[in-house]
Amino acid sequence: MLTRTGQKPRLVLVGNGMAGMRTVEELLKLKPDMYEITVFGAEPHGNYNRILLSPVLAGEKTVDEILLNDDGWYAERGIRLHKGRRVAHIHRGRREVVAEDGTREPYDRLLLATGSTPFVIPVPGHDLPGVVSFRDLQDVDAMLAASRSHRRAVVIGGGLLGLEAANGLLRQGMEVTVVHLMDTLMERQIDPPAAALLQRSLEAKGLQFRLAAQTEAILGDGRVTGVRFRDGTEVPADLVVMAVGIRPNVELAKASGIHCERGVVVNDTLQTYDPVVYAVGECVQHRGQCYGLVAPLWEQAKVCANHLAEYGIARYEGSVTATRLKVTGIDLFSAGDFLGDEHSEDLVFQDAARGVYKKLVLRDGVVRGAVLYGDTIDGSWYFQLLREGTPVNDLRDGLLFGQAHLGDSGHGDDKTRVAALPDAAEICGCNGVCKGAIVQAITEKKLFTLDDVRAHTKASSSCGSCTGLVESLLATTLGGDYSQTPAKKPVCACTEHSHDEVRAAITEQGLKTMAAVFEALDWKTPDGCHVCRPALNYYLLAAWPGEYRDDAQSRFINERAHGNIQKDGTYSVVPRIWGGVTTPTELRAIAAVAEKYRVPTVKFTGGQRIDLLGVKKKDLPAMWRDLGAAGFVSGHAYGKALRTVKTCVGSEWCRFGTQDSTGLGIQMEKLTWGSWTPHKFKMGVSGCPRNCAEATIKDLGVVCVDSGYEIHVGGNGGVKVRVTDFLCKVATEAEVLEMTGAFMQLYREEARYLERTAPWIERVGLTHVQQAIVEDADNRARLHRRFLESQGPAQVDPWAERAAGHAAQEFQPLTPIAERHEEVPA
Amino acid sequence: MNWVKLGALETIPRLGARVVAGPNGDIAVFRTAADGVFALADRCPHKGGPLSQGIVHGERVTCPLHNWVIDLASGSATGPDTGCTGAYRVRVDQGQVWLDLDPVVSAPVHAAAADPEEAAEAGTQAPTPAQREAV
Repeated sequence: MLTRTGQKPRLVLVGNGMAGMRTVEELLKLKPDMYEITVFGAEPHGNYNRILLSPVLAGEKTVDEILLNDDGWYAERGIRLHKGRRVAHIHRGRREVVAEDGTREPYDRLLLATGSTPFVIPVPGHDLPGVVSFRDLQDVDAMLAASRSHRRAVVIGGGLLGLEAANGLLRQGMEVTVVHLMDTLMERQIDPPAAALLQRSLEAKGLQFRLAAQTEAILGDGRVTGVRFRDGTEVPADLVVMAVGIRPNVELAKASGIHCERGVVVNDTLQTYDPVVYAVGECVQHRGQCYGLVAPLWEQAKVCANHLAEYGIARYEGSVTATRLKVTGIDLFSAGDFLGDEHSEDLVFQDAARGVYKKLVLRDGVVRGAVLYGDTIDGSWYFQLLREGTPVNDLRDGLLFGQAHLGDSGHGDDKTRVAALPDAAEICGCNGVCKGAIVQAITEKKLFTLDDVRAHTKASSSCGSCTGLVESLLATTLGGDYSQTPAKKPVCACTEHSHDEVRAAITEQGLKTMAAVFEALDWKTPDGCHVCRPALNYYLLAAWPGEYRDDAQSRFINERAHGNIQKDGTYSVVPRIWGGVTTPTELRAIAAVAEKYRVPTVKFTGGQRIDLLGVKKKDLPAMWRDLGAAGFVSGHAYGKALRTVKTCVGSEWCRFGTQDSTGLGIQMEKLTWGSWTPHKFKMGVSGCPRNCAEATIKDLGVVCVDSGYEIHVGGNGGVKVRVTDFLCKVATEAEVLEMTGAFMQLYREEARYLERTAPWIERVGLTHVQQAIVEDADNRARLHRRFLESQGPAQVDPWAERAAGHAAQEFQPLTPIAERHEEVPA
Repeated sequence: MNWVKLGALETIPRLGARVVAGPNGDIAVFRTAADGVFALADRCPHKGGPLSQGIVHGERVTCPLHNWVIDLASGSATGPDTGCTGAYRVRVDQGQVWLDLDPVVSAPVHAAAADPEEAAEAGTQAPTPAQREAV
């Protein structure tokens, strides 16, 4: 270790900007007391949200609103902040940094986050008063001052930054001309058709354009008066803003002998050529890439903090980025390779009258790029498809029409743009959070990510159906370069590993206990949390059926107490009624139990079962014993498990019924009951295409037809209503049963915990499922066999076990021994 | 000080909890993986959820109703949620768990409080029978 004996190691951060401070914040989350931290910032104020400079310029936000951490924040955390002191040199040999004013700080580890500097075209006159760049608060101040006393502005640069600057100046009342070298705007983000639409709406707002114009000189004597182009023409100007690009600020690193190319070169652990010197942010060059957007910085900060905290398990592997333009009233989104090449194909939607243009670039059946203009509500969805490489051939028909078919709690339709919603509009129906509250939290509490919003407002933290809307709000509020959380999502804060990685490790490394998983995958917490433990318990159970011993304390209370916890802490009891068919004797038994235990509410569920609500926990085992005596087993209505098989009366009674749907449903339920799945699993069997059992919104539905059985999968009647995809048609009941077992096993083995079949199928593609179980008979048979093997130990009635005394402690209160002691025990 | 003996430590499952009927409502007694023992009023400061039924991790418990995470030592909700439930002293002496029925931190009265009198005193809505009898 590099520490001095008995003292904390010293971490010095050069650069008090977003990337550096984010790294420090991530580090404080992991190891709050590990380092003595010192921060140097060249700017005279605390750190602020640079993304929001454009809204400040446009007068939509104040400077105070974009400050991230004030002096008190640093003081509270014991961080020494040197404001307004530019670091002049790094003595790597002595491990010491020296500021321009002579301040010296020794370090054990150094973090460089020097950001970037605006690129200034070295034409004559570039240093005249009245020529500014658009990079920091000082520039914004200069522009605002100019807008108060001058009229005409020229912005050189028709890229993202230039247009935002031009829009801001226009909003401040200036006449603005945008000068651009290329003949279309934002050529690095959007294609010519979208650029043309963009130009038209910016012109409608009052901006003027000089495209394909090369600046030859900036004119003026004492102060800028105009701009002259190569063709000899001139435009008058009182203010010239250079917004032609940024360059990683590598001067300091270079001067101290750290290897730099375009940026400070770092590896996947964000270490520079000198291993005790780390670097993050815009000053960095990683795998040949430099980034000027915020999302990659967040990812880098996280990885860097992980290594500074000496966990040593995270890697930064580069980022895919997406862009939005922060110009009020203009919706523009672009991501990935939006131009395409001869090997790619374009899906294009164009409605010039409405000012809507959408283009998706596909290659090998996955999204490679997207440009959206005028309607960007699906931007985050396309971006997710792009980053995760989701196969989209199965979605292709509706792809351009957006995610609305997945349901967004009714918000996803054309008329209600999230930006246009009033502040009082409810975004999260579960927690009653309205748009205004979310926007306020994002700005006041300086939130950047979906997780932040979830933590602070609860929006999107329950059923998640409003996640897309919340992301849109983040994007519209933060504007510009917000792009959502990284593609690789860890299971929870206890680990850096994703669900898929954890699952793979469990099977490949033969991990058979939770402790082994924690050990092998370097869990950050000794015993996980309420998010990861239930997931790990399921993965272990699914990987080692019969061998892994279920961990009750890692199950949500519903599965631990085998009943549904209700809002008042009572439970509900649902006995299994196979296929929904019961008898007078069974009904009498249920009625007797309901009376004996004074069940306040008896209700039919949506899945044709009877729910006994309001049961006290301590009464559960006795009630189950009585139900068991009448022949009932648990309906698993509480579990991430096979729930019900809903049926209609079929050929036995119905004049239209083509097959015995009731009998088939019972067989399916007998085959599959007791199996634990990543999420709840529901089935339905309809006797004819009239579909009275609503089989086409089930995880697996069978629709009987005269010539056999149609099998449908991936339906959902829940949060996001989704109609099933047609999987295949078979001729016999035996084939239905084999297909059912194989499908369930594929879902059990592949889906992430708490992922229902609908999102799973959308993620992997229906084609994948068809290849695995319809086209490959051998694989289907193997999956079905593995399903049957797991069912051996799984088909045990948990109610019977507990009625017989298993886990009795769970249901009994701990009675204090009525024994008082005068003395306090030691 | 009002110490009562609850019984052997082993009667509380590791990473689990048991419930004791206290004079002012249920008390949840938790045991961590490292055999730390803590006691809190069995009501989440959010909507009165039974904390004893939640998942215990580290020295925290997650309420089973809406996933609020409560610190076992202080009874306080962890950020950014705010609120606090009552906390009680616990000791383990020769393998026996002792609980002080006098709270260290009193639980603020909640609309869904398990004790009807307590709720009535505070002028809040009286709980339903089901709430009163909740285990």
